[in-house]
Amino acid sequence: MNGVPLVAYLGLGLFMFTCGVVGVIIRRNPIVIFMCIELMLNAVNLTFLAFARYMPAKMIAPGVGPLHSATMSGQMMVIFVMAVAAAEVAVGLGIIMAIFRLRNNVDIDEMNLLRG
Amino acid sequence: MNTSQLNIPDTVFFAVLAGIAALAAIGVVAFPNAVRSALCLVVNFFMLAFLYFTLNCEMLGITQIVVYTGAIMVLFLFVIMLLNLGSPQAFFERRDLKWIGGGLFGLGLLVVVGSQVLPPLLKFTQVRAEATFGSPQSVGLSLFSDYLYPFEIVSVLLLIGIVGSILLAKRRIE
Repeated sequence: MNGVPLVAYLGLGLFMFTCGVVGVIIRRNPIVIFMCIELMLNAVNLTFLAFARYMPAKMIAPGVGPLHSATMSGQMMVIFVMAVAAAEVAVGLGIIMAIFRLRNNVDIDEMNLLRG
Repeated sequence: MNTSQLNIPDTVFFAVLAGIAALAAIGVVAFPNAVRSALCLVVNFFMLAFLYFTLNCEMLGITQIVVYTGAIMVLFLFVIMLLNLGSPQAFFERRDLKWIGGGLFGLGLLVVVGSQVLPPLLKFTQVRAEATFGSPQSVGLSLFSDYLYPFEIVSVLLLIGIVGSILLAKRRIE
């Protein structure tokens, strides 16, 4: 795949991120909101990998080292984002289960237990 | 470095993958049924994995399939089924002004970021990473040498996540 410009990948990432933001705003179901957060994380992952592969010359900061370590850093960031997303989903779904057991309802607009 | 060296088959392939991914992303937001949203998200993650393959990141593409579609989405579907079993009415969603406001906000975000960030990057069409930069060898070498401490910290984080989710989701026996 050599003919595709960097902007195509970035545009797809931007679109997916926007879908995630809109979903977080408009949906009421906390599970779907979690899915939209996953969508945003994946959009950022795609952007990381696209930058890691194309590596625009101006973006290599001084002191980062040779090109190889600069291209690897993007992939390492994606791995860590995946791990943190997995932990976040496990804990978040546990919280949703606990709330459901308490309230028997998962509408996010009716969750006002923390209101003072 | 100019856009005239566009490779037609590669571009068509990318457009198909990206189009399906974008449609699935819209489906995640637009379907009122949570199970359909989850299935759209599965499609989206698969397309993203294929896009990672086109970026020469084979290791991360396989990780994407295994971790996201294999583990995270199964967890999502389990919880959806588990909650749906208790009360079928729990997932009824009203559509109101929030949809219009959220849609307008998203459109604004898309236009602002797209018009400010993307144009300066238009001239980058040249791949500068070597072809094997995403192979398991180079990823593993980098992960276990330069990034060893973050790797260990992430393993501790995952352990805490496991313990925490068990603690949160277990039934209180009293």
